[in-house]
Amino acid sequence: MSSTSRYHAPFGPAGSAPVDADIARRLLSAALAHGGDYADLFYEYNAAGSYALEEGILKSAGRSIAMGVGVRVMKGDATGYAYVQELTPEAMLRAAKTAAQIAAGSPVQSPQAFEVPSTTPRYDAQALSLDLSGESKRDLLQRADRAARAADPRVIRVEASLHEELREILLATSSGKLAHDRQPMIRFSVRVIAEDGGKRQSGSSGGGGRMSLEYFDDRSPEWHAKEAVRHALAMLDARDCPAGDMEVVLAPGDSGILLHEAVGHGLEADFNRKGTSNYTNKIGERVASDLCTVVDDATLMNSRGTICVDDEGNTPEKAVLIEGGVLSGYMHDQHSAKHYGTKPTGNGRRESFQSHPMPRMTNTLLLAGPHSPDEIIRSVKKGIYARKFGGGQVDISNGDFVFSLTESYLIEDGKITAPLKGVNLIGNGPDVMCKVSMLGNDLETSDGIWTCGKDGQSVPVGVGCPTIKIASMTVGGTQLG
Amino acid sequence: MADYDIEKLIQLGAQVVERARRAGADVAEAAVSEGAHLSVKVRMGEAELVEEAGSKSLGLRVMRGQQVAVTYTSDLTESGLKRFIEDALELAHLSQPDPFAGPPDTALLSKAADHPNLELYDPKVDEIDAARAIDMAKRAEAAALKVDSRLTNSEGATVSRQAGASALVTSGGFQGGVRGTYASIAVHPVADDVDGKKRSGYYWSARRFADAIQSPEEVGLEAGRRTIAKLGSRKIDTQEVAVIFDPDSARSIIGLLAGCINGGAIWRKGSYLIEREGQQVASSLVTIVDDPLIPRGPGSRPFDGEGLASRRNSIVDQGVLKTFVLDTYSAKKLKKQSTGNASRGSSGGVGPSTTNFILQPGQHTPEQILADTDRALYVTDMMGFGFNAVTGDFSRGASGFWIERGQRAFPVSEVTISLNLDEMLKRIDRIGNDLDFRTSVCSPTIRISGMTVAGK
Repeated sequence: MSSTSRYHAPFGPAGSAPVDADIARRLLSAALAHGGDYADLFYEYNAAGSYALEEGILKSAGRSIAMGVGVRVMKGDATGYAYVQELTPEAMLRAAKTAAQIAAGSPVQSPQAFEVPSTTPRYDAQALSLDLSGESKRDLLQRADRAARAADPRVIRVEASLHEELREILLATSSGKLAHDRQPMIRFSVRVIAEDGGKRQSGSSGGGGRMSLEYFDDRSPEWHAKEAVRHALAMLDARDCPAGDMEVVLAPGDSGILLHEAVGHGLEADFNRKGTSNYTNKIGERVASDLCTVVDDATLMNSRGTICVDDEGNTPEKAVLIEGGVLSGYMHDQHSAKHYGTKPTGNGRRESFQSHPMPRMTNTLLLAGPHSPDEIIRSVKKGIYARKFGGGQVDISNGDFVFSLTESYLIEDGKITAPLKGVNLIGNGPDVMCKVSMLGNDLETSDGIWTCGKDGQSVPVGVGCPTIKIASMTVGGTQLG
Repeated sequence: MADYDIEKLIQLGAQVVERARRAGADVAEAAVSEGAHLSVKVRMGEAELVEEAGSKSLGLRVMRGQQVAVTYTSDLTESGLKRFIEDALELAHLSQPDPFAGPPDTALLSKAADHPNLELYDPKVDEIDAARAIDMAKRAEAAALKVDSRLTNSEGATVSRQAGASALVTSGGFQGGVRGTYASIAVHPVADDVDGKKRSGYYWSARRFADAIQSPEEVGLEAGRRTIAKLGSRKIDTQEVAVIFDPDSARSIIGLLAGCINGGAIWRKGSYLIEREGQQVASSLVTIVDDPLIPRGPGSRPFDGEGLASRRNSIVDQGVLKTFVLDTYSAKKLKKQSTGNASRGSSGGVGPSTTNFILQPGQHTPEQILADTDRALYVTDMMGFGFNAVTGDFSRGASGFWIERGQRAFPVSEVTISLNLDEMLKRIDRIGNDLDFRTSVCSPTIRISGMTVAGK
């Protein structure tokens, strides 16, 4: 572990006031003073930097430091949760005592010994971008700015931004786990506005992941700048989109938000444990076409949604959710795993020490199929080809979901033709997944831009998908007939 | 119950400003906040989550000449503060001179003595403890499930309360602070529908004052009714038809407009409303104000994020756009004056935002609007992110009811509604008198004469 970084959690192994087994034991005792089935201490330190360049000037540079501990006590299905930001012994004890009130019985012993779960490294938190010079980051943004302006005279505005972060967590549980992880993240984005003959449109491109500035060796600022400009220019001529049920082809990569909304949330085990998801009690049933195998995979190297250990100290794997169209599993946190009598899948995540964990996705992927992307497009008589996406939402009770398209085209007689104004697609999860009629052999994963919100908590996630054809989905256009 | 001492927060802010000046900042502005919250969730009659916590943090914006940096910290130890101030100055060397950067003119700063008491703090909210909150949540959920035997499940009932104080101290001479409270109750029942689908519904009440929140029984009853009303939801045909938005959905539409009249979006040419001041941007029935001075208002505040006096601004008057909402920076960019709409983010940055942004109510009751409508989609919920502020193109998932001859005929789901926002606002042909003041962006029922509904 590197001690040359300027950024270390004070409570971590390399910090100024490390939380050791003794401290953990004492706090867990206080948390379990009224009994309870389980307790944990979740320490989190978050150091972040942000840089925003517009009108050719780095107009603002910012840094934030936040840290604290959340104490959780569970008794049956009930959770007591308290958090503090001051990491003094008195404050931490106060949090433990507050959380303890959820139980009302005799004290339970805290663990005698702690074991560190073995984890596989999936990102490098030794060389943090936070430790690199501000000038190197400003330079990346200026490169994007110059490239975007040079790409086309119709570009009237360019904004480029970079966000970097280190999240260091330490977790001690009443089941004897002591887990630690340093989780880096960068996120870069370019947004441009193009104007031509009185029409204006925006275009964007972004990426990142759990890595430092070596990200830009593969995807340079110039690459993103040109992509943002291409997007804006393509949409200048966008015409009204047809409305109604149509064949839809989604380009690979970010189209994975289809899965995230259509099946992802519905397969988080807390909804199923409570019986409020439309996938409740459907393990073993067909919920998608037999082309579809969907996994939630926390193991992808350096990906935005990847974790080495979840926020409950469990080691995540690759969870197979749907296999050949048949529902095979849910994503579990500790609580739901216990309810279902199965092993936790390492999907217990929290936004910060200020929140309790629940089942969350990591990287959700639809695995590759047998078709070539060209044959998929050629197979469409009249439909939509979607290339860029703006986000989605789902009602897990009935499975209705939407996602928005920020760059799409008509497909006419097997060819991609006119650009279309942004629209929403709406459908019902199992219905749409059963209508996956062709699946490409070109699986791509998203380039580090997605954030998932659930119950007021945001976590970074990844998605992935090959080129996919859906036999019919409702397209929210404005053109009838 | 905590005692929010605004003087102490101002003192801390003043110390930070002084230290930042000594470290080389020409301008230093410190925002201090402190707060506590309690949140409980009950599910199927049992307490499921009890969460309680306190927090305190600092945001700092500095300028070295016209180079700007912002820092944030929740580490208020001496070493944390030292780092927080050093970082700000270090970053102010990295950012580049921005000819428009600068604090507001000191002559425009408001004085603490002139700050109105907007009644934003209710000690009774601060007194709600876990036991009482659990009791409220249990009663609310029970009332919901009693509405109909098909209501067999629930995502739960949540009761939350927050209390806190914030202060702003600037090197330009401003000092001010405010205390506030907020409490809410929400219920999410779930009913079983045909073919294995479930329908979830919800209702909620939220206010700054405890006695203004609807009773748990009322909230539960309404949540249960709304959930049952969704049973049998079906998709309708693709068509062009009138759309009525209930107040909760209407405020979402008005909220999109709030983003498009934001000074930051205007000078960046990121809004379809640039250069439209003085022009028709909505039907002549539409009048919208931004008013931070409403007592007990969810978005009310005695001064803006740069210390300027709060003021009521007329945004749209009988369909004509009167002004954008501006802070000092966006005002300079647009060669205008600040409208007192600066907001300071928790990270320390400043930008314009709306306060209480209100579509003024009209004459008709919502019942009259319905009775007056032959065919329409009545929208109660929307989903998704489909809005392009640069062009105004709007497309979102929607659910609600089909209206036939003035009556609710059957529930509708799994459709989208689309139309450019510019056109939508011009097609508002009825506005209700039922202003829903639970949120800072608020609206009554509205009817839009025609939109494209995409379904079958």
